[in-house]
Amino acid sequence: MSDLLLPPEHRYAKVIEQTRNEDGSEFSILNLGPTHPATHGIFQNILLMDGERILDAEPTIGYIHRAFEKIAENRPFYQINVLTDRMNYCSSPINNMAWWMTVEKLLNIEVPKRAQYLRVIVMELARITDHLICNSILGVDTGAYTGFLYVFQFREKVYEIYEEICGARLTTNMGRIGGFEREWSEEAFKKLDVFLTDFPVAWKEFENLFERNRIFIDRTVNVGGITAESAMQYGLTGPNLRAAGIDYDVRKAAPYSSYEDFEFDVPVGKSGDTYDRFCVRNAEVWESLSIIKQALAKLPEGPIHADVPDYYLPPKEDVYHNMESLIYHFKIVMGEVPVPVDEIYHAVEGGNGELGFYLTTDGSRTPYRLKLRRPCFIYYQAYTEMIKGGMLSDAIVILSSLNVIAGELDA
Amino acid sequence: MALETAYIQEKLSQKFGNNVLNFEMKRDIFTLEATPNAIHDVIRFLKEEEDLNFHFLTDLTGIHFPDNDETHQFAVVYQMHNWVENVRLRVKTFLPENPETVTITDLFLCANWMEREAWDFFGINFIGHPQLKRILNMDEMVSHPMRKEFPMEDSGRTDKDDRFFGRTPVNN
Repeated sequence: MSDLLLPPEHRYAKVIEQTRNEDGSEFSILNLGPTHPATHGIFQNILLMDGERILDAEPTIGYIHRAFEKIAENRPFYQINVLTDRMNYCSSPINNMAWWMTVEKLLNIEVPKRAQYLRVIVMELARITDHLICNSILGVDTGAYTGFLYVFQFREKVYEIYEEICGARLTTNMGRIGGFEREWSEEAFKKLDVFLTDFPVAWKEFENLFERNRIFIDRTVNVGGITAESAMQYGLTGPNLRAAGIDYDVRKAAPYSSYEDFEFDVPVGKSGDTYDRFCVRNAEVWESLSIIKQALAKLPEGPIHADVPDYYLPPKEDVYHNMESLIYHFKIVMGEVPVPVDEIYHAVEGGNGELGFYLTTDGSRTPYRLKLRRPCFIYYQAYTEMIKGGMLSDAIVILSSLNVIAGELDA
Repeated sequence: MALETAYIQEKLSQKFGNNVLNFEMKRDIFTLEATPNAIHDVIRFLKEEEDLNFHFLTDLTGIHFPDNDETHQFAVVYQMHNWVENVRLRVKTFLPENPETVTITDLFLCANWMEREAWDFFGINFIGHPQLKRILNMDEMVSHPMRKEFPMEDSGRTDKDDRFFGRTPVNN
């Protein structure tokens, strides 16, 4: 806690004491966060300022650390899914599906095509909500509240689709090992159709509001730029990396869940500044919509989950009337199912970057070690570099354009 | 031409001899082990050698193996990625009790927080790190919670009386 109080031996305190501007004015320290309405999450940055200009920043993280990796070591695989919801809560289905795919990779389970396509649909819906929030909040931080309120109703529409699929809205806990827990209802597909008709219109209007808006351009162009070289050095992935001009996308590099069946582009930016990040996200929403449409058009009939009775709970009514179901139910709940000793790294393209699970097992029902590669934990390091030399108000804009999610940052 | 695993193995063996060992294809990722003395050079070689070009550090993590022998108590696992050839690589190094290894922050800027995390949770000391202090836990903490001996919950806590939760004190 010593950093919070800034004792005389703090390096900023020394800088202030030793440095004076020509007109005799001195530097100052500003605590940005941890709880501030403009930071959209619990982030603390101690800023060394010369007037309105930021000279240096020292981020402190870990305010909502919940020890997910430790908890995961004491839980069977199917109970870890609820932890992944709470990482990037703006796009929790992506985290859920990524976790199931990791487990399926470990257990060598082949998921039916229909379940794979439905996973693609729900992951792309999640990506849309993720980008929608990030971009509209960026609008709010530059002073344009209307766009945010206008597109935010569509997040509600997506949450209603989630609700039809799995019963939950924010922390979805969607899917099971091998597929989904139940067939999607008619209502879900109907709501999806309505969303696919209404949302593009609103999104087009949202884009028109911002992309050529003079005030927005003034606030974002050449703010928080990063070169491709240092973006790689700082471990940026996802839209933030692509805005810097590198077309690395896990969906293309290592296709999972049948992404190779769909045609989509990987939009890239040029300068890696806030405006490019905004535009890359906008373009990705269009790609996501196109993927959803393709998946719906090609959606095959068939089972909704793989036939893996060792890992997939049987229907409850069967448990009381069917001997095999009772046995499997007991085995799964008591943790008597076989798990190979192995090491797995599985990565997916999350809402804000490469989300990876590095899973080491020792044959027991719990992971021996589960390392969560959280994209924003890694790329948040670049934030200090980005805001140096800029104005305080730019620091706020850059933070929202990076799409740093507190739950994922601290895990 | 795709980057072949046999070629990576040959290159590394040529350069480092017995300091790189246990080459193995673990599912889809080629895995190898490097001795603690050589790890920094191995990572540098993998990054800077032109036809290997593992220029992206995906992840860095620690693992605790209390049941292993004395020299293999901790592992540091580096996940590297060559985007051009789209090849992933996993490098491990095993460390004894009171683990110490050389930092790679001079090669990858993103290793900074990853190493701080490994220090925070496993107590792995990265020599030469610019600011090796706790990152997610509070500064006053003295233990390293991801080690296997660290209990999940303090059984001596008095504010969580099991009787109030319908359980007996022994939790049966």
